[in-house]
Amino acid sequence: MTTSTKKIEESASLQAVHEEETHGDHRLFGLIAFLIADGMTFAGFFAAYLTFKAVNPLAPEAIYELELPLPTINTILLLLSSATFHRAGKALKTNQAGLCQRWLLITASLGLAFLGSQMIEYFTLPFGLTDNLYASTFYALTGFHGLHVTLGTIMILIVWWQSRSPGGRITSKNDFPLEAAELYWHFVDGIWVVLFIILYLL
Amino acid sequence: MTISIPPTDKVSLQPKGLLRYLSFSLDHKVIGIQYLVCGFLFYLIGGLLASAIRIELTSPMSDFMARDVYNQVLTLHGTIMIFLWIVPVVNGAFGNYLIPFYVGARDMAFPRLNAVAFWLIPPAGLMLISSYFITGAAQSGWTAYPPLSITSPATGQIIWILSVLLLGGSSIFGGINFIATILKLRRPGLKLMQLPMYCWAMLGTSILVVLSTPVLAGTLILLSFDIVAHTGFFNPALGGNVIVYQHLFWFYSHPAVYIMVLPAFGLVSEILPIHCRKPLFGYTTMVYSIMAIVVLGLMVWAHHMFTSGTPPWMRLFFTIATAFIAVPTGIKFFNWVATLWGGRISLNSAVLFSCGFIINFVLGGITGVALAQVPFDVHVHDTYFVVAHFHYVVYGGSVFVIFSSIYHWFPKATGKMLNENLGRIHFFITFIGFNLCFAPQHWLGLNGMPRRVAEYDPQFTFVNQISSFGALLMALSTLPFLWNIFHSSIKGQIAGDNPWEGLTPEWLTSSPPPVENWIGEAPLVTEPYGYGQKDELLELEERTEEVSERAKE
Ligand SMILES: [Cu+2]
Repeated sequence: MTTSTKKIEESASLQAVHEEETHGDHRLFGLIAFLIADGMTFAGFFAAYLTFKAVNPLAPEAIYELELPLPTINTILLLLSSATFHRAGKALKTNQAGLCQRWLLITASLGLAFLGSQMIEYFTLPFGLTDNLYASTFYALTGFHGLHVTLGTIMILIVWWQSRSPGGRITSKNDFPLEAAELYWHFVDGIWVVLFIILYLL
Repeated sequence: MTISIPPTDKVSLQPKGLLRYLSFSLDHKVIGIQYLVCGFLFYLIGGLLASAIRIELTSPMSDFMARDVYNQVLTLHGTIMIFLWIVPVVNGAFGNYLIPFYVGARDMAFPRLNAVAFWLIPPAGLMLISSYFITGAAQSGWTAYPPLSITSPATGQIIWILSVLLLGGSSIFGGINFIATILKLRRPGLKLMQLPMYCWAMLGTSILVVLSTPVLAGTLILLSFDIVAHTGFFNPALGGNVIVYQHLFWFYSHPAVYIMVLPAFGLVSEILPIHCRKPLFGYTTMVYSIMAIVVLGLMVWAHHMFTSGTPPWMRLFFTIATAFIAVPTGIKFFNWVATLWGGRISLNSAVLFSCGFIINFVLGGITGVALAQVPFDVHVHDTYFVVAHFHYVVYGGSVFVIFSSIYHWFPKATGKMLNENLGRIHFFITFIGFNLCFAPQHWLGLNGMPRRVAEYDPQFTFVNQISSFGALLMALSTLPFLWNIFHSSIKGQIAGDNPWEGLTPEWLTSSPPPVENWIGEAPLVTEPYGYGQKDELLELEERTEEVSERAKE
């Protein structure tokens, strides 16, 4: 073995140690790839909705203008929850487990509030799932997004439970679960913003 | 190196011997073989279904099976061959076995996710097949076009959707894993442009998988709502739009052809240089053409919809975009020919199947360009011409490469050589049978024989019988192959670590390789195709020495 290859090998083993420490990086990378895939599902739904809208216009008397106040409140709830989740992450990084838990609980409550208000909207809307193409697409899109919010809220509660100190597994040294849940939550919020614009404003 | 799981822990936890192939193993090599064997079993089932179709078509009337059974058989045949055989095998089987070697890693980036992705496949496949016996399988073809898929018996269709969703999920998990492994797990010192070509093919394929499969999943969820909850997304009777289904479906299913064929391109690029002792011709152009195919492959889907009332501008755009794909594909073809040109070719079974692939794929490619032309497509749409084109691409293309790869890597995975004579017999019967079966179908299609129908105009009888005779040869060709695998695993000649004198990393370890791929450090291979150069033998010797030295330590 020549000296140059030896050097490479040495730096290799150094890097190996380094990589093992930061193994979470790959998981985050994998999560991002997964979110891209998940985003493509929504992209398909959005494309379908926009095409329906362009080529299958409803009869004028069947068109129902969606009320804006409730979904606007929903948008604010979700955007707020993104901010509070971010605060929770910061608190964990600075070793303030109690503070982190408080922010997580606030985030989860905002998520639950969103789901509750979505339910209220569902029950007050004058159309049902099978009434017409738009009604179906409306429920499919908001429902699929609501499913994501539900999963996200469950994740937050798990992270909340696991970040209690002492005894929880999520600490400032092992913050990947929190980071992952946070990224997922931001993603779900971003999807909501697009959905809000396309479904309610356009 | 980048060890994701401490080796001791891993070795002790895994069952030994043949039993580990039935376990939730985390070893990428075990998972690769699980994919291959599982896929091959489904291939045998799909092949039986194909035989049933060809038996039915030896006569113009539907006398072998009832017409609705015929519909189920052709739906199962298509779905099994695509989602349970070719996609999992060219991606999952060879990808799992080879990619960690090629990037110099001990395993995939996410071994657990990897095992989950594999274990989604058998239940999905069994569910799909059992639907035939329980309620009757889906009848609307592998495309599941509405309104047919909405009006045909619901239970079979729903089971079909569920199993395709599971298989799509498996495929997405696999794709994420490959992207992370290739981009993140590379051995330090190994640059992207030094990777073997199969890595590039798998990177491109995985990007397609991650971007397009979710769209299919979303579409099928909407379709299932139409069937179960009687919504009207794709049901014109309820104000829905069937064309939107077609757009979304083909947004996945055109790339799906590349998901089946790009990895095959990569495998051929590994096999040819070794057996003709020449570097792969035009490495850089190969890389760029793969990426061009990925980008263009996402923009051509509506060429499947020229008879669906597509507006003229759309026809024009998708014709031109499709014709463009012929350019990078052609570049790859010429690069393979140039790799063979003037090489010291050993005409063994692996090379024969690869050359068979090149010949078949050119034919499939040419008919593909023809089909992209609107006037021609409108004439042959939904006829046997399309069936012929498609099988030239996926059977003549991908399946030939799968066999080539089995002959090439069997010695590595088992430590035993396959019998060359049986391999050559297998190749010639397959090649003749395949061309006899599918070449006449071009003529049938041009003369207007529709696909997916159990009965046909009696004037087509003779040509259909030729085609069925070809199918019989294809079915028979499996026998020498199976015997070869069975016999050689037990009594095959010992292969040694590097029977083909390959330079790529999987050859620089024992056959079969140890659990973590190499004893000691992973070799740094910066020139995977340095064949036929002056210092090739020297280099090979040096590397082999290095490996055996390490083994002694
Ligand atoms: Cu296509």
